[in-house]
Amino acid sequence: MILDSLAPLYAELSLAVFAMLLLVYGVLQKGQVARKVSYGALVALITAGMFLYAEPKEHVSLLNGMFIHDGFAVFVKSLILLGTGAAVMLSIKYMYEEGFARFEYAVLMLLAALGMMLMVSAGNLLGLYMGLELQSLSLYVLASIRRDSIKSAEAGMKYFVLGALSSGMLLFGISLIYGFTGSIDFAQIASVVSENGASNLGLTFGMVFVLAALAFKISAVPFHMWTPDVYEGAPTSVTAFFAMVPKLAAVALIIRLLMGPFETLTDQWQQIIWFIAAASILWGGFAGIAQTNMKRMLAYSSIANIGFALIGLVCANDEGVGAALVYMALYMVMTAGAFGVVMYLRRDGLSAERIEDLAGLSQSHRYLAYIMAFFMFSMSGIPPMAGFFGKLVILKAAVASGFYMLAVIGVIGSVVACFYYLRVIKVMFFDGLELSLDKVPSTSRQIVVTICALIVLFFVVKPEPFINMAMQAAQMIS
Amino acid sequence: MIAATAFYLFSTILLLSALRVITASNAVHSVLFLILAFFNAAGLFVLLGAEFVAMILVIVYVGAVAVLFLFVVMMLDVDFQNLRQGAKSYIGAGLVFGAIMLAELVTLYFAWSENQPVAVAPKEMSDVTNTEQIGRVLYTDYVYAFQLAGLILLVAMIGAIVLTHRRRPDVRRQKVADQVSVKRDDVLEIKEVKSGQGIL
Repeated sequence: MILDSLAPLYAELSLAVFAMLLLVYGVLQKGQVARKVSYGALVALITAGMFLYAEPKEHVSLLNGMFIHDGFAVFVKSLILLGTGAAVMLSIKYMYEEGFARFEYAVLMLLAALGMMLMVSAGNLLGLYMGLELQSLSLYVLASIRRDSIKSAEAGMKYFVLGALSSGMLLFGISLIYGFTGSIDFAQIASVVSENGASNLGLTFGMVFVLAALAFKISAVPFHMWTPDVYEGAPTSVTAFFAMVPKLAAVALIIRLLMGPFETLTDQWQQIIWFIAAASILWGGFAGIAQTNMKRMLAYSSIANIGFALIGLVCANDEGVGAALVYMALYMVMTAGAFGVVMYLRRDGLSAERIEDLAGLSQSHRYLAYIMAFFMFSMSGIPPMAGFFGKLVILKAAVASGFYMLAVIGVIGSVVACFYYLRVIKVMFFDGLELSLDKVPSTSRQIVVTICALIVLFFVVKPEPFINMAMQAAQMIS
Repeated sequence: MIAATAFYLFSTILLLSALRVITASNAVHSVLFLILAFFNAAGLFVLLGAEFVAMILVIVYVGAVAVLFLFVVMMLDVDFQNLRQGAKSYIGAGLVFGAIMLAELVTLYFAWSENQPVAVAPKEMSDVTNTEQIGRVLYTDYVYAFQLAGLILLVAMIGAIVLTHRRRPDVRRQKVADQVSVKRDDVLEIKEVKSGQGIL
C-alpha cells in the first residue's frame, strides 16, 4: 500500500485534513463558531501528536528525499504542536474580548503549524521553501486579522513586505547553492560541499543569503527591525504565537541546514552565527530598556533570547545544539506564560499594554502578580527558575567549546536585560495602585498560565530527563 | 548570429523597461512597462530553449498578475504622488546597497568561471519537449511540492477572504432556499372583513 509508505507523514496529513474539515465546517455553520473551531483545532493537534509518536524515531527519507523523519524532527514537532495548542488556548477568550472572533483564526494557526512541521522535516531546498512560505503566509494573515485596527493592519503589512523581501533573499541564496552544487537535495549538497566546499565562493555566498533570510525569520540582529512593530501591532494572542512557535521552527531549520548539508563549512558559518548571536544579545538587552509597552519589551526580550539560543549553535556540536533546543523550549514556556498574563490586563474593556498599567497589580490581582514575577525572574535567569537552566546549559556548551568571549557577552547581555524584567516586578509590587483592572476570567487561559508557571517553578526538581531528551534529539540530526 | 542579436535586443529592452518601471511618474505607465519587461524576459527564456517557462511567464504574469496590477492602479484611488514623497531621501542608501550587491555579483561571476559547478547528469535529454518533461515529473517526483503549493494557495485564498470579506448589515441578501420553502401560511393571512368596519 502506498499509504503505508507515507506513515511518517501521517501527523502532517492529519493536520492538513483537519484544517480543511474545520474550514468547511466553519463556512457551512451559521452563527459564531470560532470557539468550536478552536476546540476542533486542539483535537487536531492532539491527533497529530499521536500520529507523530506512533512512528519509530529512525531516520527515514521520503518522497524523493523531500521529507526527512528523524528523532530531531519528532522532538521539535512535538514542541511545535504543544506551543500551537497553548497559543490556541490562550486565544479562545481573547478573540471574543477583542472582537476578532473568526473561525479562520484557528484554521490559520493549524496551517501555520503544518508549515512549520514541514520546515523542520525539509529534506531539500524546495521542501524547505514551501514549508517556510506556508507558515509565513498564514502568519501574515494572522498579524492583520483585526482588520479594523490600523495598528494591526500596519503590523501585517510590515511583516508581509519585509517577509517577502526575505523570501526573495532566500530564493536568491537557494539559486546560488543550486548553481554551484548542481542539486537541491540536502544529502547531495552535503557530498559536494565536503569535496570542495570551502574553496567555493559562490556556495558560501548562497549560504550567507539563505542564513540572512532565516535570520529575518527568527528576528536576529541585524534583521530584527520588524519585530517590535509587528509584536506591538498584532493582537496579543497572535504575538504570543509569533514569539513562541515560528521562532523555534526557524531555529530548528537553521540547525538542520547548518548541521546537515553545510556541516563541513563550519568555519564559514560559525563567524556569521557568532556575530548574529552577540549582536542580538546586546541589542535586545540595551534597546529593551527604553520600552514602555509590554509587548515591545517582550519583543526585544525575544531578540535577546534568540541570540542566546544561537550561542548553542555556534558550538557546532551535539551538546550545543541540544542546549539550543532546551533553551528554545524553556523560552517557549516562559513566553506563553508572560503573554498569557499580559492578556489578562484589561481596563474598561480595552487591553492595557503599557508597563505602567501593571502598577499595583500585587494588590488588585495577587495571584497574577506572583505568577508574572515568576516568569520575569525566570526570563532574567535567576536560579531556581527554569530560565536559569536554559542559560546554564547554553553557557556550559559555549565554555566547553572554547567560546569564552561569547559566553561573557551572553552574561553581560542577560545582566542588562535583567533591568527591564525586574522593572516589571518593581512596578507590580512597589508602585501604588492607580486605576484598577477589570476582572476577566478565562478557563483555558488560566490552564495555560498555571501549567507554564508550574513548569517554570518546578523544572529545578528534575531537569535531567528533558535535557537528556533534547541532547538525544540533537544527536539524531542528519 | 540571429540568436545573439535577439538576445541583445531582448535584454536591452528588458533592462530599459525595468528602469522605466521604477522611474515612470505615471503609475499606469509603470505597469505597462512591467508588462513589456515580462514579454522580453519570456523572449530570453525562449532563447534558452525553455519554451514552457516562457509561455507560463506570459500567461501568468502578463495575463493575470500585471493585468491585476493595472486594474488596481486604475480602479483604486491611490495617491501615487504622495507615496513617492520622501523617496528621494533614500537614494543615497539605496545606491550604496546597490553598489555592494553589484560588487558581490561581480565577485560571484569570477568565482563562477574559476569554480565550475559540479556537473549533474541531466535526466535523459531525449527528444521529448521540456513541457512534456515537466509533465512527467511534476505529479510523480515532485508531487509533494505540488501539493504544498496547493496548500499555500489555499492559505492565500483564506487570507484574502478573511481580510476583505465583511457582512454588511444594511444589505438584504437573497436566500433562495428560504424563499422556495415558504409555506402558504407563513405569508398569507386571511381575514374576514365585516362590512362597514375595515381591518384594524
